[in-house]
Amino acid sequence: MAQVTLQKIVKTFDRTEAVRGIDLDIADREFVVLVGPSGCGKTTTLRMIAGLEEITAGEIRIGGRLVNDVPPKDRDIAMVFQNYALYPHMSVFDNMSFGLKLRKVAKEEIKERVEAAAGILSIMELLDRRPRQLSGGQRQRVAMGRAIVRHPQVFLFDEPLSNLDAKLRVQMRTEIKKVHQRVQTTTVYVTHDQIEAMTLADRVVVMNGGRIEQVGTPNELYNHPNTRFVAGFIGSPAMNFIPCRVDAHGSGLKVKVADLPDLPVPAERAERYRPQVGRELLLGLRPEHIKESRGPLGPGISEIQARIEVVEPMGMETMVYFPVGGIDVCGRVAPEAGGRAGSAMPLAVDMNQMHLIDPATDRVV
Amino acid sequence: MADVTITRTGLPAEAGQVSSLQRLMRRKSTIAFIMTLPLLLVIFTLVAYPAFYSLHLATLNKSMVRFVGLGNFEFLFGRETFWLVVYQSCLFAVTAVIFKAIIGFTVAHFVHNIPSKGQRKWRGMLLVPWVIPPAMSTLAWLWLFDPSYSAFNWLLAHVGVAPVSWTGNTHWARFSVILVNIWVGAPFFMIMYLAALKSVPEQLYEASEIDGANWWQRIWYITLPMMRNIISITALFSLIVTFANFDIVRVLTGGGPLDSTHLFATWAFRVGIESGDIPLGACVSLFMVPILAVAATLILRDIGKRGNEA
Repeated sequence: MAQVTLQKIVKTFDRTEAVRGIDLDIADREFVVLVGPSGCGKTTTLRMIAGLEEITAGEIRIGGRLVNDVPPKDRDIAMVFQNYALYPHMSVFDNMSFGLKLRKVAKEEIKERVEAAAGILSIMELLDRRPRQLSGGQRQRVAMGRAIVRHPQVFLFDEPLSNLDAKLRVQMRTEIKKVHQRVQTTTVYVTHDQIEAMTLADRVVVMNGGRIEQVGTPNELYNHPNTRFVAGFIGSPAMNFIPCRVDAHGSGLKVKVADLPDLPVPAERAERYRPQVGRELLLGLRPEHIKESRGPLGPGISEIQARIEVVEPMGMETMVYFPVGGIDVCGRVAPEAGGRAGSAMPLAVDMNQMHLIDPATDRVV
Repeated sequence: MADVTITRTGLPAEAGQVSSLQRLMRRKSTIAFIMTLPLLLVIFTLVAYPAFYSLHLATLNKSMVRFVGLGNFEFLFGRETFWLVVYQSCLFAVTAVIFKAIIGFTVAHFVHNIPSKGQRKWRGMLLVPWVIPPAMSTLAWLWLFDPSYSAFNWLLAHVGVAPVSWTGNTHWARFSVILVNIWVGAPFFMIMYLAALKSVPEQLYEASEIDGANWWQRIWYITLPMMRNIISITALFSLIVTFANFDIVRVLTGGGPLDSTHLFATWAFRVGIESGDIPLGACVSLFMVPILAVAATLILRDIGKRGNEA
């Protein structure tokens, strides 16, 4: 059990900077997910924590100990690889016990620990098999088992679910969360899948272009993104970004969007947005905050008439797409709301959940 | 062509249009057979026919007119030189293959760790001994081993060691032929092992590094088991070729001194061609078959079972 601290971590490959100065404090027992598009430096960061990649500049501490020059085997970590990296010529038992065997742990204890881990992962009956005799999900469990038996200070996961099919992925996600709740080891988890990040993490670290965009709990990132990147990356379908202008509207403010009636800004946001009056900005609205309009409008909710172009029924909800000023905007309506392609539909826009983004800095204002 | 064997039932009769020959040609198995025919012919003329012919030859007397059954074999068993050749062939092949494998593996490891930019160059240069026709390169070695004017003895003289009779003394002659064979054959092992090394996934090494393996444990627990099939197949292949070696011994020592470097092939040549007893020569060369068959069975025993475990 240990906290992990990254200070001003930089990694340069030849001349390209993969990681450009990362500061991150991971608390003991915390489950932190690094998420971002491919090439954002998340895997490199994980590999530097593991010791598989040298650090160009900065400091990494595990449990308070500076580990910059400590080889992987002495960092007391365990890693689960994307394609499992199971030793193909060893049985499941040998795969799981290999690390303990090299550390000269007594035979009885190895057996005990492997069986305990196999119990947690319900792979008891697979211990004699070879990796090639296992399905993808089973291999994934064995790879996790290999990490668990070591009782390391930190678990590192490198996109462990990306080789599994969609259904299994959801199942293993729950499994990983269960295991973490049970063994309570500090965990750093890398994924490009924001849903995985949101569902697993105590805290999510969104990375982009070698830098950290934002760190926060899943709900913080969802409700209060700091940048356009985070706003667009977290949430599915992605947030709509609509060019707009903020104008004075009596004592309050309104948002002017092409093709749409004026959208009044809720009173409690007026002070915050007043400096933006007259500027060209982006209005950020999540699809779930554009719903079918029914009954009287609540405070901060405006009604618009949308000309629906595409309808995507998902079962529990229906996505509707309509053009606003040349941009396709997505709304999320109840299936019984009955949107039809080509028809007009009144939609309620919840301006209480609006975001304004400065296109010059890409920051949320 | 016989119509009966090729008529397919259920086909609409195209009598008059399609002759039976054309129908025969259309069958997949016929086409497959015709396409493999050239290879079958080559195998028959170069492998099957000589093999059976030598079996036949081995049962004849020296003048090849009388059938003597297993008489030639009986005669061989009684000759001391024959047993000497058996011993020498085994010693030569086993020693050379072991050293070729060790050297090939070590060099492959070094080359594998050279950054890929310079690797091609090294790979090419290291393959040179294997690419030169052995009879040619052995001539160069013959000069190096020359008792009076050779580079080796000149070097030894400089450090105050008496000149060595490289090809004149039984032990040194055996050492020399084995050395040259290793020099010629090690690059083959190197290139095979290099390919095998490259096919071991990098992540296995990373996983084992995190598991706590040092470099030796990584070789022992990861590299060697992952290369096991290639190691066995390469060793077997080389064992066969080395066992049947002819040119190096022929050029370097001619089997001497006092037959102490003869192998099956060179001795078969000596007995069969140079001494004119072709049936006895065939008999000698046939002895390689059972010995190599045993070796092949032992080495390839559970390759199929292991298969590709990745």
